[in-house]
Amino acid sequence: MKIDGNLFEKLTAYPHAILSWVGDDGYPEQTPATFQVDPMRGEVLVHATGLPAPSDRDVNFTVSHIRPQPGIGYDQRRYIELWGRLQARDGGYALAPRRAWGWDEKEMPFFEYSERSNDQARRYLRALSAEQDRQVKPRLSRFWTFLVATRLPFLTATIVPILLGIAIAAKNDHFSWWLAVLTLIGGAAIHIGLNVANDVFDAISGADEANVNPTQFSGGSRVIQRGLMTLRQMGALSLGAYAVGIAIGLFLVIYRGSLPLLIVGIIGVLLSVFYTAPPLKLVHRGLGEITTALGFGPVMVVGAYLVQTKEWSAEPFVASIPVAILIALILYVNEIPDRNSDALVGKRTLPVRWSADLVTKAFLVSALGAFAAIAVAAIIDVIPLPTLLALLALPLVFEIYRGLRRWYSSPYDLMGIMGKNVQLHAMTGLLLLLGYVVTIVASHAFDSVPRILS
Amino acid sequence: MGAIPPVVDDLLTRALVCELAVVNAKGEAVVHPLIPLWDGTHVYMTSSVLFSKKLEHIKRDKRVSLSITDPIATGGSKARCVIQGDARIIEDDPHETWEEVLPLWRAKEPAIDSFLGKRFALPLFFERALIEVTPTRISWWADGDPSQAPQTLDLAGAVA
Repeated sequence: MKIDGNLFEKLTAYPHAILSWVGDDGYPEQTPATFQVDPMRGEVLVHATGLPAPSDRDVNFTVSHIRPQPGIGYDQRRYIELWGRLQARDGGYALAPRRAWGWDEKEMPFFEYSERSNDQARRYLRALSAEQDRQVKPRLSRFWTFLVATRLPFLTATIVPILLGIAIAAKNDHFSWWLAVLTLIGGAAIHIGLNVANDVFDAISGADEANVNPTQFSGGSRVIQRGLMTLRQMGALSLGAYAVGIAIGLFLVIYRGSLPLLIVGIIGVLLSVFYTAPPLKLVHRGLGEITTALGFGPVMVVGAYLVQTKEWSAEPFVASIPVAILIALILYVNEIPDRNSDALVGKRTLPVRWSADLVTKAFLVSALGAFAAIAVAAIIDVIPLPTLLALLALPLVFEIYRGLRRWYSSPYDLMGIMGKNVQLHAMTGLLLLLGYVVTIVASHAFDSVPRILS
Repeated sequence: MGAIPPVVDDLLTRALVCELAVVNAKGEAVVHPLIPLWDGTHVYMTSSVLFSKKLEHIKRDKRVSLSITDPIATGGSKARCVIQGDARIIEDDPHETWEEVLPLWRAKEPAIDSFLGKRFALPLFFERALIEVTPTRISWWADGDPSQAPQTLDLAGAVA
């Protein structure tokens, strides 16, 4: 903390102070005090100390503040410590601080303060391990560790397009439940492999370490930085997940004897691996969005469709376009709070390259484009009319756009908006799916299906 | 140990925050605002391994002091006190040993249960050590006037 006019101004907001020093017996002595600030002379004038304070050694002058919150505890935590030598003056003391330290949770949110302290925690636990002659490390249950490390809740990004591909195939009279289950498991395994590999490569590059504003949507799972899992364990988890996904994929290719499925599967795995892996590191080159769009859009929807039908069709590809755009926008928005740490390690994402104004406007145009694609495809009869139900999610686009403009530089306030953006993708995808379900049910319920239901 | 003055007992029971002073490696006082938890014999505080420099200082030098001087943190009480004592770090298992004082913590900060429910999001915050302070000397200002000399109690002796 710098000792300047700003610091002295901050001191004036505190109503009382504590003066502390180390007494002759080695115990810290403390006494409450009143004080005034003299910014011109760079001094704090300390009065009304109940105990005589020493001028032959450094003292610590601390001001602190909380706001009690009945039934909760307290908030508005802030404090400032100054160190220096006291000089007797006018019946009190003058302190010209040489060093200052402090924390104000309004200026540095608690979560950021915690992230900045990860190194201290690791150092302390290492020392404690040596003291106790056993490895002392942070613990979470296996369930929570797996859930956090794999970022399991984000599997909606895989489940939605795969279900959509299966539904399109079912509408065209192709459906096998066990192939559907295998497709979901295989897709989820590849997605988990990708998520974990992303953490591994971001840990190696230092991107996650440099990020002191992680949120539940950005900055990785943090299991490596927090000492819950080692880099080696995460590497093994990623390889294991890829192995399961690829094995299922190969089985499906062989069982269905589908060359197009093999091609889609290879494209999907390559996009997934080279998302963060060298030498391509697609996300570092501003290609993260397009990679994500392809992988979680056409690859998943068309792939799931091919597992069921073995045949190419334009319909799953067209239906995947809005899903692809909206999943890319999840990544895009999640990159906004990471942009400073990404820039530090040369990860040139679009929010790193573009201005805030361009980033938010590009979001709006792209999201509206996704809904325009649905409307056009339904009207020209490439996808069923009931898929227009997906337009019900449209108001979320404007809510997210307003939130992005308002909270662009406030990572923790942005969390709610990032959550809504995840909802936008899931809701739109599920409404598209519902549109297909309506069409399938109608085709069984009516001999001649009304136009509005087909 | 002698009886704790009622005014000090009341402050320890009420205070949402105290200022713990420890001695760093350079022999200087360093202050950390913490929640004091009082069981009638010892003052307990807890510290996450994230913010564990104070624990390193205490392991090097057990002599500490803690002050309760902020009327806002004590529900408007004018009284103020300073407690010197010897600190001991209890961290047999940083994952759960500190939970022994959870009832005392919950009484002052009920929101802690909500944080604990999100332990998966703050795993290092809940790897903690207990700081147990055995008071050796107490100074207090019953009327809260810091310009006056405090009353003092040496816990091996009598009120000065």
